[in-house]
Amino acid sequence: MGGFEDYLSIFTKAVFIENIVLAYFLGLCSFLAISKSIDASVGIGMAVVVVLTITAPINWFIYEFLLSKGALVWLNTLFSIQYDFSNTDLSFLKLIVFISVIAAMVQLVEMFMERFSQSLYSSLGIFLPLIAVNCSILGGSLFMVEREYNVTETMVYGFGSGVGFFLAIVALASVRYRLRYSNIPPRLRGVGMAMLLTGLLSMAFMAFSGIDL
Amino acid sequence: MELFNSESKKIINDPINVNNPISLQVLGICSALAVTIRLDQAIIMTLAVIFVLCSSNVILSLIRDYIPSRVRIVIMLSVIASLVSVVDELLQAYLYDMSKQLSVFVGLIITNCIIMGRAEAFALKNGPSKAFLDGLGNGLGYGMIIIIVSFFRELFGAGTITLPDGGAGYVLFSIPEAWYAAGYENIGLLVLSPGAFFILGLVIWTQREIFGIEEGE
Repeated sequence: MGGFEDYLSIFTKAVFIENIVLAYFLGLCSFLAISKSIDASVGIGMAVVVVLTITAPINWFIYEFLLSKGALVWLNTLFSIQYDFSNTDLSFLKLIVFISVIAAMVQLVEMFMERFSQSLYSSLGIFLPLIAVNCSILGGSLFMVEREYNVTETMVYGFGSGVGFFLAIVALASVRYRLRYSNIPPRLRGVGMAMLLTGLLSMAFMAFSGIDL
Repeated sequence: MELFNSESKKIINDPINVNNPISLQVLGICSALAVTIRLDQAIIMTLAVIFVLCSSNVILSLIRDYIPSRVRIVIMLSVIASLVSVVDELLQAYLYDMSKQLSVFVGLIITNCIIMGRAEAFALKNGPSKAFLDGLGNGLGYGMIIIIVSFFRELFGAGTITLPDGGAGYVLFSIPEAWYAAGYENIGLLVLSPGAFFILGLVIWTQREIFGIEEGE
């Protein structure tokens, strides 16, 4: 493992083949609610890219050095504690820890933006709190544990998933924009139509599944 | 409070019919679609969600007077995350095959907007028994939709109906070989992700048609 091709393959997979929204159904709540407007979609898309790229590697470090089985052995070597940590398994804590890290990181990113880039803050600011409970962020961290990625792979995967979300939401928003004057049956309007459109988008993205890198 | 007076019936019935969390409030769709490939997964997921929703509603409703409103989101998240961890561990202990199939989606119950939404909108304002009924009603509303979706996906996509049991699932019904011989074919698309979107879209449309609800856009 390792090497540029692997990273390229993980990235392409995360963006197109295993798109986090269209193949794994993650982050659909905000996906459907916000795709009514293209500007807002671009905003939340960027926010997801930023937060996923930051939180996935941080959660990787926490999982690798605190939570997984035998992760605490560095305590033995560093502080020469007598207790043997090689069998300590704290991974049942991962859900609570991951969600707290995500909530804290979202808060931090928001504060940084407010301090250093007022224009970015005014365009992304309102979306950041929403992102803390966006399942694609927690999903990214959980998938990285399940697939046993190393730290660089996690970073590439997080970024790729974010870009995948960005692409999907902007595509759906644009299609919905074009549909504004179409004659849709009244009770299918809104969410019903958005679901059918997402199905079509998802079919279109399935065409990428032949790509093998 | 009497358990089955008209008010508590309304609390249970509304989220199943006219105010369904998935098809009308559009909450909690993420996990709803991923687990609908097979009926048994949908049933187990429904039970897990009902458990988490009822207990989080009751716990948060009991402590609602002691939660400062500024930090309520953190408190809600930690209560919900602890309950979900319990469910996750229970599934791994007693239904290992199922917990492998559901993979990360059990963990993702935390970010299921229905649970946060009900906690915020109902549990923090009402007593524990009402909050329990509200959790039950919303859980059943969620379950109804994902069981309908998974029924169609499994029947027409894979040609079987599977009920949950301790292991890999009990096959209740499968389309007879003779049908296949006569030219019947499963719709493979339904097993893949686009199928879930299409079926949920149609279910939402049907339900809004029945209850006459329109959404302006």
